[in-house]
Amino acid sequence: MKPAKILAWVAIAVGIIYFFVPLLGTFEFSLRMRRGEYSFDAYESVFSDAAFRATFGYSMLMALFTIIFGMLLVVPTAYWVRLRLPQMRPVVEFLTLMPLVIPAIVVVFGYLRLYNSSSYIPFTGSIMGTNILLVMSYITLALPYMYRSVDTAMRTIDVRTLTEAAEILGAKWPTIMFRCIFPNVMSGVLSGAFITFAIVMGEFTMAALLNRPAFGPYLQLVGANKAYEPSALAVIAFAITWLSMGLIQLVTRFSKLAPSRA
Amino acid sequence: MNAASSPIIDRRTVIDWLGIVPFMIFALMFLIVPTLYLVVGAFFTPDGHLTFENIAGLFTPTILSAYWISIKVSLASSLGGALIGFFLAWAVVLGGLPSWIRSSLLTFSGVASNFAGVPLAFAFIATLGRTGLVTVFLREWFGFNLYSTGFNLLSFFGLTITYMFFQIPLMVLILTPALDGLKKEWREASEILGASTWQYWRMVALPILWPSLLGTSLLLFANAFGAIATAYALTGSSLNIVPILLYAQIRGDVLHNPNLGYALALGMIVITGLSNILYIWLRMRAERWQK
Repeated sequence: MKPAKILAWVAIAVGIIYFFVPLLGTFEFSLRMRRGEYSFDAYESVFSDAAFRATFGYSMLMALFTIIFGMLLVVPTAYWVRLRLPQMRPVVEFLTLMPLVIPAIVVVFGYLRLYNSSSYIPFTGSIMGTNILLVMSYITLALPYMYRSVDTAMRTIDVRTLTEAAEILGAKWPTIMFRCIFPNVMSGVLSGAFITFAIVMGEFTMAALLNRPAFGPYLQLVGANKAYEPSALAVIAFAITWLSMGLIQLVTRFSKLAPSRA
Repeated sequence: MNAASSPIIDRRTVIDWLGIVPFMIFALMFLIVPTLYLVVGAFFTPDGHLTFENIAGLFTPTILSAYWISIKVSLASSLGGALIGFFLAWAVVLGGLPSWIRSSLLTFSGVASNFAGVPLAFAFIATLGRTGLVTVFLREWFGFNLYSTGFNLLSFFGLTITYMFFQIPLMVLILTPALDGLKKEWREASEILGASTWQYWRMVALPILWPSLLGTSLLLFANAFGAIATAYALTGSSLNIVPILLYAQIRGDVLHNPNLGYALALGMIVITGLSNILYIWLRMRAERWQK
Protein backbone atom coordinates (compact mmCIF):
# COMPACT_ATOMS: atom_id res chain seq x y z
CA MET A 1 0.00 0.00 0.00
CA LYS A 2 1.33 3.44 -0.89
CA PRO A 3 2.13 5.76 2.03
CA ALA A 4 -0.44 8.28 0.74
CA LYS A 5 -3.16 5.69 0.95
CA ILE A 6 -2.18 4.73 4.50
CA LEU A 7 -2.24 8.39 5.51
CA ALA A 8 -5.67 8.73 3.90
CA TRP A 9 -7.01 5.83 5.94
CA VAL A 10 -5.48 7.31 9.09
CA ALA A 11 -7.23 10.63 8.39
CA ILE A 12 -10.55 8.86 7.90
CA ALA A 13 -10.04 6.82 11.07
CA VAL A 14 -9.34 9.97 13.11
CA GLY A 15 -12.44 11.57 11.60
CA ILE A 16 -14.60 8.57 12.40
CA ILE A 17 -13.37 8.45 16.00
CA TYR A 18 -13.85 12.18 16.53
CA PHE A 19 -17.35 12.24 15.02
CA PHE A 20 -18.77 8.93 16.15
CA VAL A 21 -17.58 8.78 19.73
CA PRO A 22 -19.65 11.83 20.81
CA LEU A 23 -22.71 10.47 19.00
CA LEU A 24 -22.21 7.06 20.57
CA GLY A 25 -21.52 8.67 23.94
CA THR A 26 -24.73 10.69 23.73
CA PHE A 27 -26.80 7.68 22.78
CA GLU A 28 -25.25 5.51 25.49
CA PHE A 29 -25.79 8.22 28.09
CA SER A 30 -29.42 8.63 27.08
CA LEU A 31 -30.02 4.95 27.87
CA ARG A 32 -28.49 5.08 31.36
CA MET A 33 -31.43 6.55 33.27
CA ARG A 34 -32.46 3.27 34.93
CA ARG A 35 -29.77 2.11 37.32
CA GLY A 36 -27.78 -0.95 36.24
CA GLU A 37 -29.43 -1.54 32.86
CA TYR A 38 -30.07 0.24 29.57
CA SER A 39 -33.59 1.54 29.00
CA PHE A 40 -35.47 4.13 27.03
CA ASP A 41 -36.72 5.79 30.22
CA ALA A 42 -35.09 9.12 29.35
CA TYR A 43 -36.99 9.21 26.05
CA GLU A 44 -40.23 8.31 27.79
CA SER A 45 -39.62 11.08 30.28
CA VAL A 46 -38.96 13.54 27.45
CA PHE A 47 -41.99 12.58 25.39
CA SER A 48 -44.31 12.67 28.38
CA ASP A 49 -43.17 16.17 29.31
CA ALA A 50 -45.91 18.63 28.40
CA ALA A 51 -43.35 21.40 27.95
CA PHE A 52 -41.53 19.28 25.36
CA ARG A 53 -44.66 18.91 23.28
CA ALA A 54 -45.63 22.56 23.66
CA THR A 55 -42.22 23.98 22.73
CA PHE A 56 -41.65 21.47 19.95
CA GLY A 57 -45.03 22.33 18.46
CA TYR A 58 -44.37 26.04 18.84
CA SER A 59 -41.03 25.79 17.02
CA MET A 60 -42.58 23.65 14.27
CA LEU A 61 -45.22 26.33 13.76
CA MET A 62 -42.60 29.09 13.71
CA ALA A 63 -40.53 27.06 11.22
CA LEU A 64 -43.59 26.69 9.00
CA PHE A 65 -44.29 30.44 9.02
CA THR A 66 -40.62 31.17 8.43
CA ILE A 67 -40.57 28.91 5.39
CA ILE A 68 -43.83 30.26 3.93
CA PHE A 69 -43.08 33.96 4.39
CA GLY A 70 -39.40 33.55 3.68
CA MET A 71 -40.09 31.88 0.36
CA LEU A 72 -42.78 34.44 -0.54
CA LEU A 73 -40.07 37.05 -0.06
CA VAL A 74 -37.11 35.23 -1.57
CA VAL A 75 -38.55 33.58 -4.71
CA PRO A 76 -40.14 36.71 -6.25
CA THR A 77 -37.03 38.76 -5.37
CA ALA A 78 -34.64 36.24 -6.94
CA TYR A 79 -36.93 36.03 -9.98
CA TRP A 80 -37.22 39.77 -10.35
CA VAL A 81 -33.50 40.35 -9.97
CA ARG A 82 -32.78 37.79 -12.67
CA LEU A 83 -35.45 39.11 -15.03
CA ARG A 84 -35.45 42.87 -14.66
CA LEU A 85 -32.70 44.09 -12.35
CA PRO A 86 -29.52 42.16 -13.07
CA GLN A 87 -27.58 45.27 -12.09
CA MET A 88 -28.92 44.88 -8.52
CA ARG A 89 -27.74 41.30 -8.24
CA PRO A 90 -24.51 42.00 -6.34
CA VAL A 91 -26.37 44.23 -3.87
CA VAL A 92 -29.10 41.69 -3.19
CA GLU A 93 -26.61 38.84 -2.91
CA PHE A 94 -24.51 40.88 -0.53
CA LEU A 95 -27.53 41.59 1.65
CA THR A 96 -28.55 37.94 1.73
CA LEU A 97 -25.07 37.04 2.99
CA MET A 98 -25.06 39.65 5.73
CA PRO A 99 -26.68 37.37 8.34
CA LEU A 100 -23.57 35.19 8.12
CA VAL A 101 -21.45 38.21 8.97
CA ILE A 102 -23.49 39.86 11.72
CA PRO A 103 -23.84 37.50 14.68
CA ALA A 104 -27.45 36.58 15.53
CA ILE A 105 -27.06 37.93 19.03
CA VAL A 106 -26.19 41.37 17.64
CA VAL A 107 -29.20 41.37 15.32
CA VAL A 108 -31.61 40.46 18.09
CA PHE A 109 -30.02 43.05 20.39
CA GLY A 110 -30.83 45.61 17.71
CA TYR A 111 -34.44 44.40 17.53
CA LEU A 112 -34.85 44.68 21.30
CA ARG A 113 -33.66 48.28 21.28
CA LEU A 114 -35.46 49.32 18.10
CA TYR A 115 -38.81 47.56 18.47
CA ASN A 116 -39.41 47.72 22.24
CA SER A 117 -42.80 48.62 23.62
CA SER A 118 -42.03 52.35 23.80
CA SER A 119 -40.82 52.67 20.20
CA TYR A 120 -42.66 53.66 17.00
CA ILE A 121 -43.04 50.04 15.92
CA PRO A 122 -43.58 48.19 19.21
CA PHE A 123 -43.22 44.59 18.02
CA THR A 124 -42.24 43.35 21.46
CA GLY A 125 -45.17 45.12 23.09
CA SER A 126 -47.52 42.20 22.45
CA ILE A 127 -47.21 38.42 22.20
CA MET A 128 -48.43 38.43 18.63
CA GLY A 129 -45.95 41.15 17.71
CA THR A 130 -43.10 39.26 19.35
CA ASN A 131 -44.06 36.11 17.45
CA ILE A 132 -43.98 38.09 14.20
CA LEU A 133 -40.61 39.53 15.14
CA LEU A 134 -39.33 36.02 15.91
CA VAL A 135 -40.45 34.77 12.49
CA MET A 136 -38.74 37.76 10.87
CA SER A 137 -35.55 37.04 12.81
CA TYR A 138 -35.67 33.42 11.61
CA ILE A 139 -36.17 34.56 8.00
CA THR A 140 -33.10 36.74 8.47
CA LEU A 141 -31.08 33.80 9.82
CA ALA A 142 -32.20 31.50 7.01
CA LEU A 143 -31.89 34.13 4.27
CA PRO A 144 -28.40 33.09 3.05
CA TYR A 145 -29.47 29.46 2.67
CA MET A 146 -32.92 30.13 1.20
CA TYR A 147 -31.67 32.66 -1.32
CA ARG A 148 -28.76 30.53 -2.44
CA SER A 149 -30.83 27.37 -2.96
CA VAL A 150 -33.61 29.21 -4.82
CA ASP A 151 -31.16 31.15 -6.96
CA THR A 152 -29.26 27.97 -7.86
CA ALA A 153 -32.52 26.31 -8.94
CA MET A 154 -33.44 29.40 -10.95
CA ARG A 155 -30.16 29.28 -12.82
CA THR A 156 -31.18 25.99 -14.45
CA ILE A 157 -34.42 27.37 -15.93
CA ASP A 158 -34.75 30.07 -18.52
CA VAL A 159 -36.68 32.66 -16.54
CA ARG A 160 -37.04 35.10 -19.44
CA THR A 161 -38.42 32.61 -21.97
CA LEU A 162 -40.78 31.11 -19.38
CA THR A 163 -42.11 34.55 -18.50
CA GLU A 164 -42.53 35.61 -22.13
CA ALA A 165 -44.27 32.35 -23.02
CA ALA A 166 -46.66 32.78 -20.10
CA GLU A 167 -47.31 36.42 -21.03
CA ILE A 168 -48.08 35.50 -24.65
CA LEU A 169 -50.57 32.92 -23.39
CA GLY A 170 -52.24 35.74 -21.47
CA ALA A 171 -51.10 34.91 -17.94
CA LYS A 172 -51.22 37.64 -15.31
CA TRP A 173 -48.31 37.93 -12.90
CA PRO A 174 -49.79 35.89 -10.01
CA THR A 175 -50.27 33.05 -12.50
CA ILE A 176 -46.71 33.43 -13.77
CA MET A 177 -45.36 33.47 -10.23
CA PHE A 178 -47.30 30.62 -8.68
CA ARG A 179 -47.99 28.32 -11.62
CA CYS A 180 -44.85 28.89 -13.62
CA ILE A 181 -41.89 30.03 -11.53
CA PHE A 182 -42.61 28.37 -8.17
CA PRO A 183 -43.17 24.85 -9.58
CA ASN A 184 -40.02 25.12 -11.66
CA VAL A 185 -37.80 26.06 -8.74
CA MET A 186 -39.53 23.63 -6.38
CA SER A 187 -36.32 21.67 -5.76
CA GLY A 188 -34.60 24.85 -4.56
CA VAL A 189 -37.62 25.89 -2.51
CA LEU A 190 -37.75 22.50 -0.79
CA SER A 191 -33.99 22.36 -0.14
CA GLY A 192 -34.16 25.83 1.36
CA ALA A 193 -37.22 24.85 3.36
CA PHE A 194 -35.58 21.80 4.94
CA ILE A 195 -32.43 23.61 5.93
CA THR A 196 -34.56 26.42 7.36
CA PHE A 197 -36.48 23.82 9.32
CA ALA A 198 -33.26 22.39 10.76
CA ILE A 199 -32.02 25.88 11.71
CA VAL A 200 -35.26 27.05 13.31
CA MET A 201 -35.87 23.88 15.35
CA GLY A 202 -32.62 24.17 17.26
CA GLU A 203 -32.30 27.95 17.37
CA PHE A 204 -31.62 29.34 20.83
CA THR A 205 -30.43 32.95 20.81
CA MET A 206 -33.36 34.71 19.13
CA ALA A 207 -36.07 32.82 20.99
CA ALA A 208 -34.35 33.12 24.37
CA LEU A 209 -33.79 36.87 24.08
CA LEU A 210 -37.26 37.51 22.69
CA ASN A 211 -38.64 35.38 25.55
CA ARG A 212 -40.66 33.01 23.42
CA PRO A 213 -41.33 29.40 24.49
CA ALA A 214 -39.41 27.74 21.64
CA PHE A 215 -37.62 24.40 21.54
CA GLY A 216 -34.09 25.85 21.78
CA PRO A 217 -34.57 27.61 25.14
CA TYR A 218 -36.43 24.52 26.39
CA LEU A 219 -33.39 22.38 25.53
CA GLN A 220 -31.17 24.77 27.45
CA LEU A 221 -33.49 24.67 30.46
CA VAL A 222 -33.57 20.87 30.52
CA GLY A 223 -29.80 20.81 30.14
CA ALA A 224 -29.39 22.97 33.21
CA ASN A 225 -31.76 20.93 35.38
CA LYS A 226 -31.74 17.27 34.37
CA ALA A 227 -29.19 14.52 33.89
CA TYR A 228 -30.26 12.02 31.25
CA GLU A 229 -32.98 13.83 29.34
CA PRO A 230 -30.53 16.23 27.61
CA SER A 231 -28.80 13.30 25.90
CA ALA A 232 -32.12 11.92 24.72
CA LEU A 233 -32.98 15.39 23.40
CA ALA A 234 -29.60 15.65 21.65
CA VAL A 235 -30.28 12.33 19.93
CA ILE A 236 -33.70 13.62 18.85
CA ALA A 237 -32.19 16.90 17.61
CA PHE A 238 -29.53 15.02 15.67
CA ALA A 239 -32.23 12.87 14.08
CA ILE A 240 -34.11 16.03 13.03
CA THR A 241 -30.97 17.49 11.42
CA TRP A 242 -30.23 14.19 9.72
CA LEU A 243 -33.81 13.95 8.44
CA SER A 244 -33.70 17.50 7.03
CA MET A 245 -30.39 16.93 5.26
CA GLY A 246 -31.56 13.54 3.96
CA LEU A 247 -34.67 15.15 2.49
CA ILE A 248 -32.52 17.80 0.79
CA GLN A 249 -30.42 15.08 -0.86
CA LEU A 250 -33.57 13.27 -1.91
CA VAL A 251 -35.04 16.41 -3.45
CA THR A 252 -31.83 17.28 -5.31
CA ARG A 253 -31.46 13.75 -6.64
CA PHE A 254 -35.12 13.62 -7.66
CA SER A 255 -34.96 16.93 -9.49
CA LYS A 256 -31.87 15.77 -11.39
CA LEU A 257 -33.59 12.56 -12.49
CA ALA A 258 -36.85 14.21 -13.48
CA PRO A 259 -37.03 15.36 -17.10
CA SER A 260 -36.87 19.14 -17.26
CA ARG A 261 -40.25 20.68 -17.65
CA ALA A 262 -40.44 24.02 -19.37
CA MET B 1 -36.38 58.68 -24.41
CA ASN B 2 -34.72 61.56 -22.57
CA ALA B 3 -35.73 63.48 -19.53
CA ALA B 4 -36.78 66.56 -21.50
CA SER B 5 -39.41 64.80 -23.62
CA SER B 6 -40.91 62.83 -20.74
CA PRO B 7 -41.00 64.69 -17.43
CA ILE B 8 -42.12 61.56 -15.58
CA ILE B 9 -39.61 58.75 -15.23
CA ASP B 10 -40.21 55.79 -17.50
CA ARG B 11 -43.09 53.77 -16.07
CA ARG B 12 -41.41 50.49 -16.71
CA THR B 13 -38.32 51.54 -14.78
CA VAL B 14 -40.50 52.41 -11.80
CA ILE B 15 -42.17 48.99 -11.93
CA ASP B 16 -38.77 47.35 -12.25
CA TRP B 17 -37.55 48.98 -9.07
CA LEU B 18 -40.83 48.38 -7.25
CA GLY B 19 -40.19 44.65 -7.63
CA ILE B 20 -37.45 44.55 -5.06
CA VAL B 21 -39.03 47.04 -2.66
CA PRO B 22 -40.42 44.30 -0.35
CA PHE B 23 -37.01 42.71 -0.06
CA MET B 24 -35.31 46.04 0.54
CA ILE B 25 -37.83 47.00 3.22
CA PHE B 26 -37.29 43.64 4.89
CA ALA B 27 -33.50 43.97 4.77
CA LEU B 28 -33.66 47.51 6.13
CA MET B 29 -36.08 46.72 8.94
CA PHE B 30 -34.66 43.44 10.16
CA LEU B 31 -31.01 43.57 9.29
CA ILE B 32 -29.55 46.96 8.49
CA VAL B 33 -31.33 49.44 10.72
CA PRO B 34 -31.12 47.27 13.90
CA THR B 35 -27.39 46.81 13.30
CA LEU B 36 -26.79 50.47 12.52
CA TYR B 37 -28.75 51.46 15.61
CA LEU B 38 -26.21 49.61 17.76
CA VAL B 39 -23.23 50.87 15.78
CA VAL B 40 -24.36 54.48 16.12
CA GLY B 41 -25.40 53.96 19.74
CA ALA B 42 -21.86 52.85 20.55
CA PHE B 43 -20.72 56.44 19.97
CA PHE B 44 -23.29 58.16 22.21
CA THR B 45 -23.93 58.51 25.92
CA PRO B 46 -27.33 57.34 27.25
CA ASP B 47 -28.55 60.95 27.18
CA GLY B 48 -27.53 61.49 23.58
CA HIS B 49 -24.12 63.15 23.56
CA LEU B 50 -21.38 62.12 21.18
CA THR B 51 -18.63 60.23 22.99
CA PHE B 52 -15.79 57.77 22.61
CA GLU B 53 -16.12 56.68 26.24
CA ASN B 54 -17.92 53.46 25.26
CA ILE B 55 -15.22 52.42 22.83
CA ALA B 56 -12.60 53.26 25.45
CA GLY B 57 -14.68 51.24 27.92
CA LEU B 58 -14.01 48.14 25.85
CA PHE B 59 -10.37 48.35 26.85
CA THR B 60 -10.97 47.39 30.46
CA PRO B 61 -9.59 44.11 31.85
CA THR B 62 -12.93 42.20 32.01
CA ILE B 63 -14.00 43.04 28.48
CA LEU B 64 -10.56 42.67 26.99
CA SER B 65 -10.18 39.25 28.56
CA ALA B 66 -13.59 38.25 27.16
CA TYR B 67 -12.49 39.28 23.66
CA TRP B 68 -9.19 37.53 24.18
CA ILE B 69 -10.78 34.20 25.22
CA SER B 70 -13.26 34.47 22.33
CA ILE B 71 -10.48 35.10 19.85
CA LYS B 72 -8.41 32.24 21.27
CA VAL B 73 -11.31 29.75 21.11
CA SER B 74 -12.30 30.86 17.61
CA LEU B 75 -8.72 30.78 16.38
CA ALA B 76 -7.93 27.38 17.90
CA SER B 77 -11.15 25.78 16.68
CA SER B 78 -10.83 27.28 13.20
CA LEU B 79 -7.18 26.25 12.79
CA GLY B 80 -7.82 22.80 14.23
CA GLY B 81 -10.94 22.47 12.10
CA ALA B 82 -9.05 23.64 9.03
CA LEU B 83 -6.19 21.20 9.57
CA ILE B 84 -8.31 18.10 10.21
CA GLY B 85 -10.85 19.18 7.59
CA PHE B 86 -8.07 19.57 5.06
CA PHE B 87 -6.72 16.07 5.73
CA LEU B 88 -10.19 14.55 5.51
CA ALA B 89 -10.94 16.33 2.24
CA TRP B 90 -7.53 15.39 0.90
CA ALA B 91 -8.07 11.74 1.92
CA VAL B 92 -11.33 11.41 0.00
CA VAL B 93 -10.29 13.42 -3.06
CA LEU B 94 -6.66 12.38 -3.59
CA GLY B 95 -6.08 9.54 -1.14
CA GLY B 96 -7.34 6.82 -3.46
CA LEU B 97 -10.11 5.70 -1.11
CA PRO B 98 -13.28 3.92 -2.31
CA SER B 99 -15.79 6.42 -3.65
CA TRP B 100 -18.50 5.49 -1.15
CA ILE B 101 -16.33 6.95 1.61
CA ARG B 102 -16.32 10.28 -0.20
CA SER B 103 -20.09 10.44 -0.58
CA SER B 104 -20.66 9.30 3.02
CA LEU B 105 -18.21 11.89 4.33
CA LEU B 106 -19.86 14.69 2.34
CA THR B 107 -23.36 13.67 3.45
CA PHE B 108 -22.25 13.39 7.05
CA SER B 109 -20.50 16.77 6.84
CA GLY B 110 -23.73 18.34 5.63
CA VAL B 111 -25.47 17.06 8.74
CA ALA B 112 -22.68 17.71 11.26
CA SER B 113 -22.04 21.26 10.07
CA ASN B 114 -25.66 22.01 10.92
CA PHE B 115 -25.61 20.14 14.21
CA ALA B 116 -24.67 22.97 16.52
CA GLY B 117 -26.21 24.90 19.33
CA VAL B 118 -27.55 23.44 22.55
CA PRO B 119 -27.73 19.73 21.52
CA LEU B 120 -24.05 19.76 20.54
CA ALA B 121 -23.16 20.83 24.06
CA PHE B 122 -25.25 17.93 25.43
CA ALA B 123 -23.43 15.48 23.18
CA PHE B 124 -20.05 16.54 24.49
CA ILE B 125 -21.17 16.57 28.11
CA ALA B 126 -22.37 12.98 27.63
CA THR B 127 -19.01 12.06 26.12
CA LEU B 128 -16.32 14.06 27.89
CA GLY B 129 -18.20 15.34 30.94
CA ARG B 130 -17.41 14.01 34.40
CA THR B 131 -19.61 10.93 33.90
CA GLY B 132 -19.34 10.86 30.12
CA LEU B 133 -18.64 7.77 28.05
CA VAL B 134 -14.98 8.47 27.33
CA THR B 135 -14.22 9.71 30.84
CA VAL B 136 -15.76 6.59 32.42
CA PHE B 137 -14.15 4.30 29.85
CA LEU B 138 -10.68 5.69 30.51
CA ARG B 139 -11.17 5.46 34.25
CA GLU B 140 -12.54 1.92 34.38
CA TRP B 141 -10.35 0.29 31.75
CA PHE B 142 -7.08 2.14 32.07
CA GLY B 143 -7.40 3.60 35.54
CA PHE B 144 -6.78 6.97 33.94
CA ASN B 145 -8.61 9.93 35.43
CA LEU B 146 -9.04 12.50 32.68
CA TYR B 147 -10.13 15.20 35.10
CA SER B 148 -7.05 14.77 37.30
CA THR B 149 -4.93 15.99 34.39
CA GLY B 150 -6.54 19.39 34.66
CA PHE B 151 -8.83 18.73 31.70
CA ASN B 152 -12.19 20.36 32.00
CA LEU B 153 -14.89 20.36 29.34
CA LEU B 154 -16.12 23.72 30.62
CA SER B 155 -12.94 25.49 29.63
CA PHE B 156 -11.07 26.94 26.69
CA PHE B 157 -9.88 23.52 25.58
CA GLY B 158 -13.28 21.85 26.03
CA LEU B 159 -15.06 24.57 24.08
CA THR B 160 -12.49 24.36 21.28
CA ILE B 161 -12.88 20.60 20.93
CA THR B 162 -16.68 20.99 20.90
CA TYR B 163 -16.67 23.76 18.29
CA MET B 164 -14.53 21.61 16.01
CA PHE B 165 -17.52 19.28 15.61
CA PHE B 166 -19.13 21.83 13.25
CA GLN B 167 -15.90 23.46 12.07
CA ILE B 168 -14.30 20.36 10.53
CA PRO B 169 -17.35 19.43 8.39
CA LEU B 170 -17.64 23.01 7.13
CA MET B 171 -14.01 22.91 6.05
CA VAL B 172 -14.56 19.56 4.31
CA LEU B 173 -17.59 20.91 2.43
CA ILE B 174 -15.80 24.03 1.18
CA LEU B 175 -12.42 22.47 0.51
CA THR B 176 -13.50 19.34 -1.39
CA PRO B 177 -14.38 21.30 -4.56
CA ALA B 178 -11.09 23.23 -4.26
CA LEU B 179 -9.12 19.97 -4.13
CA ASP B 180 -11.17 18.63 -7.04
CA GLY B 181 -9.93 21.68 -8.94
CA LEU B 182 -6.29 20.59 -8.70
CA LYS B 183 -5.64 19.41 -12.24
CA LYS B 184 -3.96 16.07 -12.82
CA GLU B 185 -1.81 17.71 -15.50
CA TRP B 186 -0.09 19.92 -12.91
CA ARG B 187 0.98 16.91 -10.92
CA GLU B 188 2.11 15.04 -14.03
CA ALA B 189 4.01 18.05 -15.31
CA SER B 190 5.84 18.48 -12.03
CA GLU B 191 6.67 14.77 -11.90
CA ILE B 192 8.08 14.86 -15.42
CA LEU B 193 10.19 17.81 -14.38
CA GLY B 194 11.55 15.67 -11.57
CA ALA B 195 9.72 17.14 -8.57
CA SER B 196 9.16 15.02 -5.47
CA THR B 197 5.71 14.77 -3.84
CA TRP B 198 6.86 17.25 -1.20
CA GLN B 199 8.08 19.70 -3.83
CA TYR B 200 4.82 19.35 -5.75
CA TRP B 201 2.79 20.23 -2.64
CA ARG B 202 5.08 23.01 -1.51
CA MET B 203 5.55 24.69 -4.88
CA VAL B 204 2.40 23.89 -6.86
CA ALA B 205 -0.57 22.63 -4.86
CA LEU B 206 -0.33 24.69 -1.68
CA PRO B 207 0.27 28.03 -3.43
CA ILE B 208 -2.92 27.35 -5.41
CA LEU B 209 -4.84 26.15 -2.37
CA TRP B 210 -3.75 28.65 0.22
CA PRO B 211 -6.37 31.31 -0.57
CA SER B 212 -9.10 28.66 -0.13
CA LEU B 213 -7.47 27.29 2.99
CA LEU B 214 -6.87 30.61 4.65
CA GLY B 215 -10.18 32.05 3.45
CA THR B 216 -12.16 29.13 4.82
CA SER B 217 -10.27 29.33 8.11
CA LEU B 218 -11.38 32.97 8.38
CA LEU B 219 -14.96 31.91 7.71
CA LEU B 220 -14.68 29.29 10.44
CA PHE B 221 -13.21 31.92 12.74
CA ALA B 222 -16.18 34.25 12.26
CA ASN B 223 -18.51 31.29 12.62
CA ALA B 224 -17.09 30.38 16.02
CA PHE B 225 -16.79 33.98 17.17
CA GLY B 226 -20.51 34.70 16.86
CA ALA B 227 -21.71 31.36 18.25
CA ILE B 228 -23.35 31.45 21.64
CA ALA B 229 -25.83 28.62 22.16
CA THR B 230 -23.26 25.83 22.46
CA ALA B 231 -21.05 27.79 24.83
CA TYR B 232 -23.98 28.90 26.96
CA ALA B 233 -25.39 25.39 27.28
CA LEU B 234 -21.95 23.96 27.96
CA THR B 235 -20.60 26.43 30.48
CA GLY B 236 -23.57 28.49 31.62
CA SER B 237 -21.97 31.84 32.23
CA SER B 238 -18.79 30.49 33.80
CA LEU B 239 -16.67 31.01 30.70
CA ASN B 240 -16.27 34.70 29.97
CA ILE B 241 -16.52 34.92 26.16
CA VAL B 242 -17.90 37.94 24.28
CA PRO B 243 -21.23 36.47 23.08
CA ILE B 244 -22.01 35.26 26.61
CA LEU B 245 -21.06 38.62 28.08
CA LEU B 246 -23.29 40.34 25.52
CA TYR B 247 -26.09 37.90 26.34
CA ALA B 248 -25.80 38.75 30.02
CA GLN B 249 -25.67 42.45 29.15
CA ILE B 250 -28.88 42.24 27.08
CA ARG B 251 -30.66 40.31 29.81
CA GLY B 252 -29.61 42.43 32.75
CA ASP B 253 -27.24 45.28 31.91
CA VAL B 254 -24.34 43.66 33.80
CA LEU B 255 -22.01 46.37 32.53
CA HIS B 256 -24.25 49.08 34.03
CA ASN B 257 -24.14 51.13 30.86
CA PRO B 258 -26.47 50.23 27.97
CA ASN B 259 -24.28 52.05 25.46
CA LEU B 260 -21.24 50.04 26.50
CA GLY B 261 -23.32 47.03 25.39
CA TYR B 262 -23.64 48.65 21.96
CA ALA B 263 -19.88 49.05 21.83
CA LEU B 264 -19.50 45.37 22.73
CA ALA B 265 -21.77 44.48 19.80
CA LEU B 266 -19.82 46.86 17.53
CA GLY B 267 -16.60 45.08 18.49
CA MET B 268 -18.15 41.76 17.45
CA ILE B 269 -19.33 43.15 14.12
CA VAL B 270 -15.88 44.62 13.43
CA ILE B 271 -14.15 41.29 14.09
CA THR B 272 -16.58 39.06 12.16
CA GLY B 273 -16.85 41.71 9.43
CA LEU B 274 -13.10 41.94 8.93
CA SER B 275 -12.65 38.19 8.75
CA ASN B 276 -15.49 37.95 6.22
CA ILE B 277 -14.10 40.73 4.04
CA LEU B 278 -10.74 38.95 3.99
CA TYR B 279 -12.53 35.69 3.24
CA ILE B 280 -14.34 37.17 0.23
CA TRP B 281 -11.12 38.70 -1.07
CA LEU B 282 -9.23 35.42 -0.71
CA ARG B 283 -12.08 33.52 -2.32
CA MET B 284 -11.94 35.72 -5.38
CA ARG B 285 -8.25 34.91 -5.61
CA ALA B 286 -8.94 31.21 -5.14
CA GLU B 287 -11.56 31.13 -7.88
CA ARG B 288 -9.04 32.11 -10.51
CA TRP B 289 -7.76 28.56 -10.40
CA GLN B 290 -11.10 26.82 -10.25
CA LYS B 291 -12.27 27.54 -13.78
